[in-house]
Amino acid sequence: MKTWFLRALPWALLAVFAADIVAILLPRPEGEFHLQAFGRLPVLANGRVQPFDSLGRNCLLQIRGTAAVPLEEKKSYEFWKHPPKLRATEWLLEVMTRPEVADARPIFLIHHPDLLEDLKLQGKGVEKSGLHYFAFNDLKPVLARIESEGRQAMSVESQARTAYQRQVAKLFNAVALYQRLKFTLQPEGTRDMTVELDELSKSVEPGLAALRARQAGREFDRAPLDRLVEFLRRYDTMAQLAYAWVVPPPSADAPREHWQNLGQVLFQAGMSGQAPPEPVRWLAEIASGYTLRDASRFNRAVHAYGEWLAAHAPAELRKGRAEFWYNQLQAFLHAMIIYLCAFLLASIAMLTVQAWPTGSESLRRSALYLAILALVVHTAGLAFRMWLERRPPVTNLYSSAVFVGWAVTLLGVGVERVYRMGLGVAASALVGFVTLLIAHNLALGGDTMEMMRAVLDNNFWLATHVITITLGYAAMFFAGFLGILYIGLGVFTSLLALKLHKEGEAPQPHPKPFGPDDIAAATLGKALAKMIYAVICFGTLFSFAGTVLGGIWADQSWGRFWGWDPKENGALMIVLWCAAILHARWGGLIRERGLANMAIFGNVITAFSWFGTNMLGIGLHSYGFMDAAFRWLLLFYATQLAVIGLGLLPLDKWRSFRKASVQQAGTGAYVAEPASGS
Amino acid sequence: MPLEKLYQFFSSLRLTVLLLVLGMVLVFLGTLAQVSLGLYRAQNEFFRSFFVYWGPPGASWRIPVFPGGYLLGALMLINLIAAHWRYFRADWRKSGIVLIHAGLVLLLLGQLATDLLSVESTLHLREGEAKNYSEVDRRVELAITEVTDPAYDQVVTIPQRVLERQGEVSVSQLPFTIRIRKFYPNAMVSARPADATEPAPADQGVGPQVVLTPLPHVTEMGKRDVPAAVVELVTPSGSLGRWLASEYISQPQRIATGGRVFTLAMRPQRLYKPWTIRLLDFRHDRYPGTDIPKNFSSRILLTDPRNGTEREVVIRMNSPLRYGGETYYQASYDPDDQGSVLQVVRNPSWLTPYIACSMITVGLLLQFTIHLFRFAGRIVRT
Repeated sequence: MKTWFLRALPWALLAVFAADIVAILLPRPEGEFHLQAFGRLPVLANGRVQPFDSLGRNCLLQIRGTAAVPLEEKKSYEFWKHPPKLRATEWLLEVMTRPEVADARPIFLIHHPDLLEDLKLQGKGVEKSGLHYFAFNDLKPVLARIESEGRQAMSVESQARTAYQRQVAKLFNAVALYQRLKFTLQPEGTRDMTVELDELSKSVEPGLAALRARQAGREFDRAPLDRLVEFLRRYDTMAQLAYAWVVPPPSADAPREHWQNLGQVLFQAGMSGQAPPEPVRWLAEIASGYTLRDASRFNRAVHAYGEWLAAHAPAELRKGRAEFWYNQLQAFLHAMIIYLCAFLLASIAMLTVQAWPTGSESLRRSALYLAILALVVHTAGLAFRMWLERRPPVTNLYSSAVFVGWAVTLLGVGVERVYRMGLGVAASALVGFVTLLIAHNLALGGDTMEMMRAVLDNNFWLATHVITITLGYAAMFFAGFLGILYIGLGVFTSLLALKLHKEGEAPQPHPKPFGPDDIAAATLGKALAKMIYAVICFGTLFSFAGTVLGGIWADQSWGRFWGWDPKENGALMIVLWCAAILHARWGGLIRERGLANMAIFGNVITAFSWFGTNMLGIGLHSYGFMDAAFRWLLLFYATQLAVIGLGLLPLDKWRSFRKASVQQAGTGAYVAEPASGS
Repeated sequence: MPLEKLYQFFSSLRLTVLLLVLGMVLVFLGTLAQVSLGLYRAQNEFFRSFFVYWGPPGASWRIPVFPGGYLLGALMLINLIAAHWRYFRADWRKSGIVLIHAGLVLLLLGQLATDLLSVESTLHLREGEAKNYSEVDRRVELAITEVTDPAYDQVVTIPQRVLERQGEVSVSQLPFTIRIRKFYPNAMVSARPADATEPAPADQGVGPQVVLTPLPHVTEMGKRDVPAAVVELVTPSGSLGRWLASEYISQPQRIATGGRVFTLAMRPQRLYKPWTIRLLDFRHDRYPGTDIPKNFSSRILLTDPRNGTEREVVIRMNSPLRYGGETYYQASYDPDDQGSVLQVVRNPSWLTPYIACSMITVGLLLQFTIHLFRFAGRIVRT
């Protein structure tokens, strides 16, 4: 093939993917209703200020498991079709202001057959790839049943619940959340919130006068008092049930935690006779504009409220805008897709290295460039998230997955710069893809930027202990995946025997002894083993330091350096395993193949420490119990043990170490580019 | 030479690798066992033991099936020291390695010392309340208090390990001997239903009005065994009958004999201190609109008559109070936010992990720096 094409290919691929990222950053045009402007407005939910967009996304994730509601169903294999979707913000607006429309949207996911039968839901709802979605209207007749079953299931400890109980508890929580959301911007049954506010202000004075008269024992008019009491009763319900608190602190110098929900504010207004604060008027206008389908009224109110916020709550307004932008960017999703492409390209590059050296080099470069692009996107997302949260990068299980992927790809790109063979990119891009996929699934549980519980609320320890221990995990996984590469390439190809330079060519000793042209790493297999060894050293250092820092944190907060907590034990297991690998290597008990096998078993141990210990559901660290994930963990273990089994095959069964292939590979035309050159 | 062989065995790297792998497996098994045994018992059976025993469920015999934490730790120490003895060369380039391993030895010994010497207890205070003792959660004591003179109490306590022996206790301060008839490590005491047929656990005090149900050991985190004992009080002139003691019985039971009055109660074992702690205020902040705790803190007044100390201290998460060899941590709180639970730890060897970890860190840095310089030297030579 033409060499100019091969030379241009990496840059062309890079340009295509980069253009895709740039396209997301461009502002989208607003529709008839300025929903994006509304989506940026701040609200307090789950203990933190977030834009309405995040509130909508997180609630929809908890209820439906997706961040949008498809308006038409398509077959799941028809991925090229993009059916129209109701975005999270719009869905949220519907729930808050047009509940009769929202009640007909199929959003409640139920798939347990017993539960479907129990709730007499067969034949109702929408089915997509075996998943059944139901509208609130479908559930209305059985709400009491859902509540009683749900409460019963919730009384069982989460790890002891059956599949049925888990499902019913989830449904119960989803229904409760959905109903609470309806009380965000207006009380039940309101058609026009602005009109309601006017009526309230008209009835407050006569109502209070009647109340005062009654308290003084004078004659009073019953009707205005009853009217006011009826308003107050509705607002009290609203104040009790509201999930999101929409009324910001009254002025720029008020304490920042003084948010209130609309029910509280209206209740106070009704009790005191004072006019509610200004945001209430704008929020009511927004609600009325949307309920009555009056776009210009809605848009005017959204922008006027934005201006009020700019003057009175600028920090919250900025936070809302920034997080909205972060949601739109979906940095980790894009990085995940690019990692997958990089992995595929790097794998093809490795497999074609003998048959088609020039093409292979072009593909390897493409993979490296894409991995770097993905890393840039990944880093941007991570940094932006840190800035939004004002926290170190790892605060929960979700962010630990994001961080592990980031650290591994950083290591992988670094390794690729020294050993230009595609190995570093292939292993790290695969880990990057898998960890971001895990993160993506963990994010389906709802808000990933939840507030830190008291014991974890300490940026110093989050920045030291948590980061080092997570870097330790990252190194272990990287070493493990390099080990898998070693065995895969060794058993199925002859690449491990590949000589990296012609006889006598390498300078000795070379200034870059870890480079491929080091005489000690004369073949690809030896080079790979050196990489694994170096990464395990790195992992040992970080796992040990992280464990010790964790001990010191525990001593500071619980008074014991070591408490045999499952998460601590998991970290200790990694340290012991690393120490075992290193001593076995120094003692000559294992060679390259043993090193690779032990590194792969390191994956098993690290996965146990990272996820398995949380599944035990005991101990101080069990902050993120996941049950569906358990099957995936077992599947992962099975694959790892299968690879180790493969690695235990006698060496003469390996294609790389058969006599013939060694000779053939040794005299092959391929000569690696010296790391020091070009 | 068998001695030479033994030396070679104990100083070999093979043994090191074997011990590290066994250690890892032990930690794994001990972690899994926490699910069924609970943290405390799993710790005792796996880590604070020489062997891990196993027997079929229900059988009375158990056989050692795996080395326990003490055995592995001791072997690791021997292996470490023997290997260094065998391979040690006075070479500054090896100083990092030596320092790392010396730190490990200190870490292991320090943890052993912590295991043997540290005492954990809790201090539960309501707002305004003051105490000069903390309570050991997992140990009870039988307290017999003489209340003949209302102005002055004299207390005799019998610790749990004496109760467990189910023997006889006589003290000069008491006019009777205490025969421990029966000790239940965990038992429920409940009001006696009208149709109950089984014999009453005791014939004095509340004994006839209750039923006693022995229970298996508790394994859940955050719960504990509630022991019970049946004791017979014997004076030289005859028996005063059998009494039941349990923490489920909230009122002390009164015993009158020979013109003297005593009360009998089972209570968590107390550790008295020469200073007093008063809870002035407990705070529990939540994030607005949620139940997620933002922080909890206890403002306490510490008074020590020995040296005239009287100071206010705020104990928070991640910010304990260290005083008189004890450390007080914010551990828990009452559901009504009016009371606080402090964890009290006396650990004479609390500094060892800090020293050990500093040694290891310096060792690692030294090792890497030496490597780096040798490496750089090699490049310069070429």
